[in-house]
Amino acid sequence: MSIGADDVRHIARLARLDLSEDEVQRFRRELSAILEYVNRLEELEPGRAAEPEPPDQPLREDRVVGWPDPSWFLDQAPSRDGFFLVPRVVD
Amino acid sequence: MTPLGKRPTAAAIARRVGAGEITARRPVEEALERASAERLNAFLSLRGERALEEAELVDRRVAAGERLPLAGVPVAVKDNIAVAGVVTTCGSRLLEPYVSPFDATAIARLRDAGAVVIGKTNLDEFAMGSSTENSAFGPTLNPHDPGRVAGGSSGGSAAAVAAGLVPVGLGSETGGSVRQPAAFCGAVGVKPTYGRVSRYGLVAFGSSLDQIGTVATTVEDAARILETIAGSDPRDATTLPGRPGRLADGLDEADPASRIGWPGEFFGEGLDPDIRAACERARDRLAAAGAEIVELSLPHAPYGIAVYYVVAIAEASSNLARYDGVRYGYRAAGADELHAMYERTRAAFGAELKRRIMLGTYVLSAGYYEAFYGKGTVVRARIRGDFETAWERVDAILTPTTPTPAFPVGEKAEDPLAMYLNDVYTVSANLAGIPAVTVPFGRVRPTSERPALPIGVQLMGPARAERRLFELARFLEREAAA
Repeated sequence: MSIGADDVRHIARLARLDLSEDEVQRFRRELSAILEYVNRLEELEPGRAAEPEPPDQPLREDRVVGWPDPSWFLDQAPSRDGFFLVPRVVD
Repeated sequence: MTPLGKRPTAAAIARRVGAGEITARRPVEEALERASAERLNAFLSLRGERALEEAELVDRRVAAGERLPLAGVPVAVKDNIAVAGVVTTCGSRLLEPYVSPFDATAIARLRDAGAVVIGKTNLDEFAMGSSTENSAFGPTLNPHDPGRVAGGSSGGSAAAVAAGLVPVGLGSETGGSVRQPAAFCGAVGVKPTYGRVSRYGLVAFGSSLDQIGTVATTVEDAARILETIAGSDPRDATTLPGRPGRLADGLDEADPASRIGWPGEFFGEGLDPDIRAACERARDRLAAAGAEIVELSLPHAPYGIAVYYVVAIAEASSNLARYDGVRYGYRAAGADELHAMYERTRAAFGAELKRRIMLGTYVLSAGYYEAFYGKGTVVRARIRGDFETAWERVDAILTPTTPTPAFPVGEKAEDPLAMYLNDVYTVSANLAGIPAVTVPFGRVRPTSERPALPIGVQLMGPARAERRLFELARFLEREAAA
């Protein structure tokens, strides 16, 4: 299992991670080695994909519950003005 | 270093405070003094005055006649569990300025029972690691040898308990993050059944695996803390219904005679001979007390790490998407456009976090999803099935907790795969959602290379069988002391 530098850059873009060129080279080696190890799963007979089913997972009612003071959350924002502020999204 | 067992247990503290022999303030003050002088880097923050105020509140409740099962018990809490009004760092620069506006359900229940959180403990960044070396705030050192790691990711809580700073602590588990550091430090560590403890207020890592666990100097204390925090919670839809019942009372009266599984896959290549010998001694003691030892096979267990590093990283890469610099935590300065802000902010993650985000994104990406994530879920179901088959023949399974004792700081820092393999004996319980307990059972023979480091043996049981595991662990605890 070998991953190229372009694959690493592509994944980093999907994951919204700014990587240095050193990191790209390092992750190329490390991710290849780890995926090589994970590939041992191929030794096993194929089977149908199954999501794990933890026991007794009841669904709860979808109810809106108020919070006493929204400022507790808003005050954590790095930039705010009664809203969460972010840099421009489009030109 | 303070040897294990020299300090009063949580049970002893609660008894004395409850009986009015000492105030709750005293054990809390003493724990704060010890913790502020510690040199292991176990604590990231201490609550000082606020903890003392809470202790005084406990004293008033006791004086008013309330019966509090954990009156005045000082607790260390892993810094990925929310305590209201306290910074939650997750061992990361990304969250450093974050102050939790609420208590995790587990914390609220500890408070109700009279326990006092004295501080937050060190961990691998976002609980990702097996040595606490991935913390942005430096590694936690092992109380038995400061040249060695405490294990991880709950290394701070395990070291704080083993060093006698506090009698009990909370950690969290995704693949062994309570049991492995507990084994390395010589403490009891518990990973409950998936859904046993509410995760409201636990920072998410791998949501199909995560579970809050307990670490303590005695099995009884570990069980008492779990009994307190366990039970369904409307704020966490994945909690099991009801409560687990009595987990800590009367453990000494239980008969250890039971059917104990001995799985060959856990005793192969890579296991330290001294740890194997400790497991064999534990097995022989159980057999001498009337237990039937059943050799069995868990054929998919050797694939546990491979499955784990598909499932856990896939879930981690999704859960970590929320650290975008918009609503809380750190934001990189200077980006004039939204995507650049995301990318530069997230560049502050440590190397292991980036590695896992990258791997998780890769195994979930178009063209690879079926080959990796799909395959991972297939094999995970088989690991679960192996245990279901085993429970037809045995009540519990006995294995080592870790393949080696605590390793030197830095030894595996540059080899992620070698670090991952630390969890080879613990991940199966997480993947299957079953409970497991590690209990100290002897030490390795000292050599010129290493001192007499503690050994942990592990008991795994069927879902919801925590009580039986604690009874057997208590038996081994008595035998280890004999």
